[in-house]
Amino acid sequence: MQTRFSFGGDEHIFAEVDDSMSLEAFFKSLFITNAVRDAKIKGVTEICPANASYQVKFDPDQIKPDDLLAELKRLDTATEKSEPVIKTRIIEIPVLYNDPWTHETLMRFRERHQDPNGTDIEYAARINNLDGIDGFIKAHSSAPWFVSMVGFVAGLPFLYQMVERQRQIQAPKYLRPRTDTPKLTVGHGGCFGCIYSVRGAGGYQMFGITPMPIYDPNQEISYLRDFMCLFRPGDIVKWKPIDRAAYDAAVADVDAGRFAPTIRDVAFSLTEFNRDIDGYNRKLEGVLHGH
Amino acid sequence: MAIKVLKPGLATTVQDLGRPGYYHIGIPLSGGMDRHALAAANLLVGNEEGAAVLEAVFMGPELEFTDDAMVAVTGAELPPKLDGTPRETWTSFQVKRGQKLSFDFLKQGARAYIAVSGGIDVPLVLGSRSTYALGALGGFKGRKLEAGDELPVGTSSASVSEGRTIAKELRGLPAGMPTELRAMPGLYWHRITEQAGNGFFSDTWKVAPEADRIGYRFRGGKPLEFVPREPPFGAGSDPSNITDACYPYGSIQVPGGTEPIVLHRDAVSGGGYFMVGTVIAADMDLIGQLQPNMPVRFVKVGMDEALAARHDRAGLLAKLRSSLV
Repeated sequence: MQTRFSFGGDEHIFAEVDDSMSLEAFFKSLFITNAVRDAKIKGVTEICPANASYQVKFDPDQIKPDDLLAELKRLDTATEKSEPVIKTRIIEIPVLYNDPWTHETLMRFRERHQDPNGTDIEYAARINNLDGIDGFIKAHSSAPWFVSMVGFVAGLPFLYQMVERQRQIQAPKYLRPRTDTPKLTVGHGGCFGCIYSVRGAGGYQMFGITPMPIYDPNQEISYLRDFMCLFRPGDIVKWKPIDRAAYDAAVADVDAGRFAPTIRDVAFSLTEFNRDIDGYNRKLEGVLHGH
Repeated sequence: MAIKVLKPGLATTVQDLGRPGYYHIGIPLSGGMDRHALAAANLLVGNEEGAAVLEAVFMGPELEFTDDAMVAVTGAELPPKLDGTPRETWTSFQVKRGQKLSFDFLKQGARAYIAVSGGIDVPLVLGSRSTYALGALGGFKGRKLEAGDELPVGTSSASVSEGRTIAKELRGLPAGMPTELRAMPGLYWHRITEQAGNGFFSDTWKVAPEADRIGYRFRGGKPLEFVPREPPFGAGSDPSNITDACYPYGSIQVPGGTEPIVLHRDAVSGGGYFMVGTVIAADMDLIGQLQPNMPVRFVKVGMDEALAARHDRAGLLAKLRSSLV
């Protein structure tokens, strides 16, 4: 992996760590952006990690573009030597798979889909050689996911599953984007999962819905009072399949202000993870459930 | 004091100079699309340059004032009328309690900035009063204005006179046909062939109807031809796809290689389409004043020219400031 740098006009430097997605490329972009933040470089106004790249916005009246570029290249080299360990959080997200709301939406936009005769989840199960809807839910929810980028719109997490490349779920985006997606839809496009933080247009396949709000501009939801967006790049997400009764109960809890998400602090080591992926993921799940 | 919204116009929003610092979680800068005109409107009524104003696009609102105020309308040529009597744009005028401000049809440009002495006093959200409608954040209840809204206005300590005006050469509006937007090639420029790159800069494009605060779409140029590749894992199979990445403000993405989209103040912060380069910061204001169907050319520049243009644009605002002292 050789990072490719490019100026995005006179106010941005764009750095592509790798043109393809991998946990290594994501980790490096997360690491470097942490280092850039810690370096407190004068004139840097925004530091944005992405899946396998990152972007720094700056004020060229305060720092010369070439000087900032040189500093980023220096940090890029320095980061390669550091141990790939981060302190992060693991968050459990309940999901009602195959729910009536995304089902209604996907039927409404069926002519824009690759497979007009099925549903998104049936289609994704088939093209990934999984055993029907149940097999798909198992593959989707058994191993955790990294929040590899937050963005597109406010608070929307892009997620990358923490499994080998050959086990990654892949699905194309809709042939033509929908003009509507229910809020809190669990979606998937390419190798990335997402949760739609707001209702709106979208092109990702729709697999289910979570009762747990992840963005609240009014900051009335108890766990979003400190900050209106739940997710940060580097968070780890574990899906928890739930049924309709549990979904309804969770929605009622959210409305009553008593929904408490399960969030635990955790350290993650890429080296140890790569040594035994399934074993490491089981350990992460143990942290989530307090043992 | 307050302003009653009698008619909202097409998409009138509260905007200031924006909300930096949250792009990494998908909350864009927002703020006036034409920052120069926004600052000018504020200076005319004795406000700080970054006070909150109303940004009206294509069509003006109808407003009733509950108290006296100084008002100025800059940016697009959207002629104001006070109780039906025409007033000049780019010129401060006094509004008395109970008077109604309305607007004639748009003559030129796209976005007008309506500043009121004291500024629109909606709550600060993450340090700004700007509206980010996609995220229902900031501004007046996180949305464009509706009839019946009552906008709070701050108190003004400045005493400015009626009839202060800004000379034409200091207004910084798009000049010439087609409008020239200077852009630095880069980002994923290597994805298209040399011939396609030349065509991009030599073709004349037209503003498409899909042009808003998120981005401006252009059409009419030749489709871009891609350099063949094996799709990288995670990018997607279309030659215009990339592994989802950050989008710079002003970046020019070309989904499918056909219609360029320049992201603006309410930009989506990232996604999976390749970009050929970035419109320089000095020319971003101009985009906010383009109407659908207007011809545009992208002009290739390097960093030195971009920085010189930036210096010139800042100089224009400095001159505007001193013209009002």
